[in-house]
Amino acid sequence: MTRFIAPALLAGLALLPLWLQDPYLLNMLITTGIFTIGAMSLNLLLGYTGQLSLGHIAFVGIGAYVSALTSLGFDVGLPFGVRITHEGWPPAVGFVLAVAISGLCGYLLGLLSFRVRGAYFVIVTISFAEVVRLVALNWVELTQGPLALTSIPFMTLGLPGLGEATLRSKTQNYYLVLAVAALSYLLIARLVGSRFGRAMRGLKENEPLALSVGVNATRTLTIAATISAAMAGAAGSLYAHYIRIIDPDIFSFSYTVTMVIMVVAGGKGTLAGPLVGGLIFGVLPVALRPVMAPEAQWIVYGLTLIAILFVMPRGIVPALEALRLPRRTKAPAPAPAPAMQAEAQP
Amino acid sequence: MDQLVQHLVNTLVLGGTYALLGIGLTLIFGIMNVVNFTHGALYTFGAYAMYLAAVALGLNFFAALPVALVAGLALGALIEWTLLRPLRRADIDTTMLVMIGAGIALQSGALWLFGGVAKAIPAPFPDEPLQIGPASVSWLRIFVFAAALALIAVTNLLINATKLGRAMRATFQDHDTAALMGVNVSMIYTATFAIGSSLAAAAGALLGPVYVVFPQMGDLAAVKAFAIVILGGLGSITGATIGGFVLALAEEVGAGYISSGYRDAMGFLIIMAVLVVKPTGLFARAERIG
Repeated sequence: MTRFIAPALLAGLALLPLWLQDPYLLNMLITTGIFTIGAMSLNLLLGYTGQLSLGHIAFVGIGAYVSALTSLGFDVGLPFGVRITHEGWPPAVGFVLAVAISGLCGYLLGLLSFRVRGAYFVIVTISFAEVVRLVALNWVELTQGPLALTSIPFMTLGLPGLGEATLRSKTQNYYLVLAVAALSYLLIARLVGSRFGRAMRGLKENEPLALSVGVNATRTLTIAATISAAMAGAAGSLYAHYIRIIDPDIFSFSYTVTMVIMVVAGGKGTLAGPLVGGLIFGVLPVALRPVMAPEAQWIVYGLTLIAILFVMPRGIVPALEALRLPRRTKAPAPAPAPAMQAEAQP
Repeated sequence: MDQLVQHLVNTLVLGGTYALLGIGLTLIFGIMNVVNFTHGALYTFGAYAMYLAAVALGLNFFAALPVALVAGLALGALIEWTLLRPLRRADIDTTMLVMIGAGIALQSGALWLFGGVAKAIPAPFPDEPLQIGPASVSWLRIFVFAAALALIAVTNLLINATKLGRAMRATFQDHDTAALMGVNVSMIYTATFAIGSSLAAAAGALLGPVYVVFPQMGDLAAVKAFAIVILGGLGSITGATIGGFVLALAEEVGAGYISSGYRDAMGFLIIMAVLVVKPTGLFARAERIG
């Protein structure tokens, strides 16, 4: 059943703007979509390799800044009298560069932190996000610091035979986000089903066994981190050209937590999980807004995260799947004993 | 030169509280294999407990400090008892995520209860700073340094010279064997988490009067504690103590001679350098790296 969730969701979402014209709700769906792309990219790491990136918003933020700066242009002085002046390029180029540079950051962080296992990747990513925020805040000449980058141009797409299309309306941006989300979904689905995907899951479930059959652990994890970061960068670029103003607050930890909750609640390591989690936790803040203050909402989120881990540790989608299975066939075997895993690691 | 002396004095004062933060975190990681994401929230909690005791209840400053410590001990025990005990068999990722959830709930709870406006805790020390050669340092900071050193000493004594400490060390080495020898491992876990939490609360209660108290103060403290623990090696108390002072030195020198805007980035640079040069940390025993 779950294999039909994504196509049905896609069809439903594609038809939605036909009757939903309310700009407030449409705006909610667009930001939800952008965060869901981020959650999908986080899931690739957390769900399929078991590595948690707690600085995931850094890749989104880098994507947003790279894309914005590429399209706005900048003029900065570097040490040794070097001066870089850049005239604005089309936003589509910014999108490509955002993906490339975020991916590069993910690659470098992976290269460093996957030298050792355990909590290192988590801690490195969390402090990386903090440093990037400091750079965005302090390198005023490039990023305008707390004054924010403003008037970021709308995304323009060069369509063959149709000329340039500037995506101004919410509906157009909605379809752009939907398209990128669908592409990301397909990419992850293909990746997970491939030989590379089996290597990732092998590493997650039993690293020594995976190593013994010839999986290159560091390489596999680093590639996964690169793809994940690149995808988050794409989400950031979409965000920049839709919201059209970004400041260092984009790097705040609460955004990362939002994505983590989306993945964990929906079901890490499942394709549909981030979609379900993304939809729930994208819509929930808007639904709760009239009833609760934001800080009270965050208390609820924290407690929800705990409750989900206690009640259905594998998330909503796997829990639904287990419900649907006939009584006599047992639900899929739970993850291997973690104690064994911890001891077996070198 | 005078400036350097001032930076070194500041390093000592700041390093003491950083060491407290790091020891609490590394103790919990070493013995329980839990990455404690409530550490920052417990630091904030300690500062607010100090504020409540000293300002709202009107207690004496020196009496309020133990209150904050005990409050941290109690909250730590409560977290361990309700959240970690049922998850003994869960993997490190699950406990990490649960701790993130608890940290968010605590931090947002502080924001909800006290609002976002920073609070000041008045301290009963003379305004006139003490002059040590070319450097000057306030009496409050001297007290903070002394109190931090005393707490570090007490923690070391607790671990190396008491029956509880011996049981903790045994659990650290091999929890199954410790259990077979009659150690109540579950109780040791609760005690470890409570002590670690109390140290974080103590750091918050000590730095609260130096700076100001606000709900997000724990975020940066947590990131710094992680840097200290990676530098010292996950699970090493000596490493965390030295790591605390090294991070303080890096921040002071970095802020003084490079750029004050990047003061809080020094921890990250240290993490990067450690991962490149000696990934297991400076003082780690290799087998603790999982």
